[in-house]
Amino acid sequence: MDRSTPRNDLILMVVFTAAVLTMPFWLAPIGAGYPDLLQKFAIFGIFAVGFNILFGLTGYLSFGHAAFLGVGSYTAVWSFKLLSMNILPAMILAIAIAGLFSLAIGYVSLRRTGIYFSILTLAFAQMSYNLAYSVLTPITNGETGLRVVRGDPHVIDRMFGMVEGESLPTPDLFGLRTIGWEGFYICAVALIVAFFIALRIFRSPFGLALRGIKSNQVRMSYTGFNTRPHTLAAFVISGMYAGLAGALLAITDPLAGAERMQWTASGEVVLMTILGGVGTLIGPILGAAIIKYFENIFSSFNEYTLEQTFSFLPDPLREGVVSVASLFVGEGWHLTLGLLFMLVVIFLPGGIMEGFRRLWRAITGRSAARRAEKLQPAE
Amino acid sequence: MENIVLHVDDVYKSFGGLHALSDIDLQIAEGKTHAIIGPNGAGKSTLLNVCIGRLKPDSGAVVFDGQILTGKKPYEINQLGVARVFQTPEIFPDLTVRENVIIPALAKRDGAFAVDAWRGMARENDLRDEAEAAVTDVGLEDKLGHEAGSLSRGDKRRLELAMCLVQKPRLLLLDEPTAGMSRLDTNRTIDLLKRIKARGMTKVIIEHDMHVVFSLADKVTVMAQGRIIAEGTPDEVRGDPVVQEAYLGGGHA
Repeated sequence: MDRSTPRNDLILMVVFTAAVLTMPFWLAPIGAGYPDLLQKFAIFGIFAVGFNILFGLTGYLSFGHAAFLGVGSYTAVWSFKLLSMNILPAMILAIAIAGLFSLAIGYVSLRRTGIYFSILTLAFAQMSYNLAYSVLTPITNGETGLRVVRGDPHVIDRMFGMVEGESLPTPDLFGLRTIGWEGFYICAVALIVAFFIALRIFRSPFGLALRGIKSNQVRMSYTGFNTRPHTLAAFVISGMYAGLAGALLAITDPLAGAERMQWTASGEVVLMTILGGVGTLIGPILGAAIIKYFENIFSSFNEYTLEQTFSFLPDPLREGVVSVASLFVGEGWHLTLGLLFMLVVIFLPGGIMEGFRRLWRAITGRSAARRAEKLQPAE
Repeated sequence: MENIVLHVDDVYKSFGGLHALSDIDLQIAEGKTHAIIGPNGAGKSTLLNVCIGRLKPDSGAVVFDGQILTGKKPYEINQLGVARVFQTPEIFPDLTVRENVIIPALAKRDGAFAVDAWRGMARENDLRDEAEAAVTDVGLEDKLGHEAGSLSRGDKRRLELAMCLVQKPRLLLLDEPTAGMSRLDTNRTIDLLKRIKARGMTKVIIEHDMHVVFSLADKVTVMAQGRIIAEGTPDEVRGDPVVQEAYLGGGHA
């Protein structure tokens, strides 16, 4: 139970860092070893880690976190336009503005719990989405999406003597490009930092208080905790994570659109967290990676690739297999994901991380010992 | 003169047409163990709920150590030094026994709201020692690492008691602390409560079990149908004909 010693956490952090930085190598065999996809793993990993600080620790299920992702993206693009193409101010501003935004939404939504809280957050996110398309067009540029165009002020860049050249300026980190492998490593470092902060929060007194709120809110208040500000702080922290993820999306592709705020995007992060394991540290990142992998790899399979894969089968059998399998790939990747999600929720309610834990116990033979402990007569 | 810690001043509370509490006036002296007894539905639990801010009285006030509790939030009342053991144990079922007790200790040390998100719990040796001492006090020391939800009912009650004791409250309210416990466990709890008394903690106990009441109480208040019908030392109350009638079901009929 209490395996979270500082030493184990250090090992976890080292292994995690190494695993993230070497992703291009060990993910290459399954066709995921290219920067655009790995970038998405990292960005949505950050989004899910932040979401899990709220959902995993306090149990409050927000259905509107994509709003903060969108706010982060818009803020980052505005920072490019007005201030500088450097991504550092863009990230800091995105985190700050998303934090303010989540403070306002959280303040109102956290007056309710359970399903009412979820509905309130969903309503706020959909409101933001629709506003971005209509009234707020001067800020969001509506359907076209917000992007860097010629003649943008770039105040800070100009102070340092930037001259607008032939091509549009691109985001950079003090000269380091944000596309390709450089882009991936920027996102990877952000993910590692985000993960480290989440780890500290999980292990802190604040994290323990949040878990207390999830377990029994009534007891928390009779124990002397004012639970509302605790949940609000968790909500804001997770909103800031979403803001950072949104900024990174804009950094790797300097275009912000309102569809990032849609409820499907909010639902996606819920799926990621549940698929990987609610309340676990690594789970949400796994979930994010799996969903992005399916979205990008499975959806790219077509009948031709299937024919190739099953070419060892005799003709009539192959056609049958291919026509069945083609339901699950290409456009049908949602079906595969849906099935996977159902299987996980039914058989592994703790997500993929629970699967790993069970596997680990089976290997180390602890399961027998634990079961004996549980079977002891309770007086 | 005795120092009055808790003063329930002329409290009324009704639910619809039912007078759950009428004209309740109660003074609890510091360091004493005060038992409230009475048949089911006498309003004992309602009275405790009014004291900890779970219910608001229709009129009257509850004063703790010079501060009016009426209208205060449960967490504020706890921070003033009032802890409560519930009739059905309110614990953190998903957390370990140790964590269950560390949380109240944390609330006592850091106050109602503190975002201490950076320091690791692993370095909070003082909190852990305090928690383990409280758990040992109630005799659960060999279950520190267990998930609280997996404990037996009796153990859950003891755990909840440890969660209150770790805060060293000035006033401890106990709602039937031994209900659902075996005789052996009941006697252990009585011993434990006697030990706490030696530390000068004031206690209000609601109890059905007369064995518990007469082994612990300095003073007994008897309630029936939302009113106080008798008050005195255990011996005085035992001999009171009004009390006997209430317990035999005479009532107002």
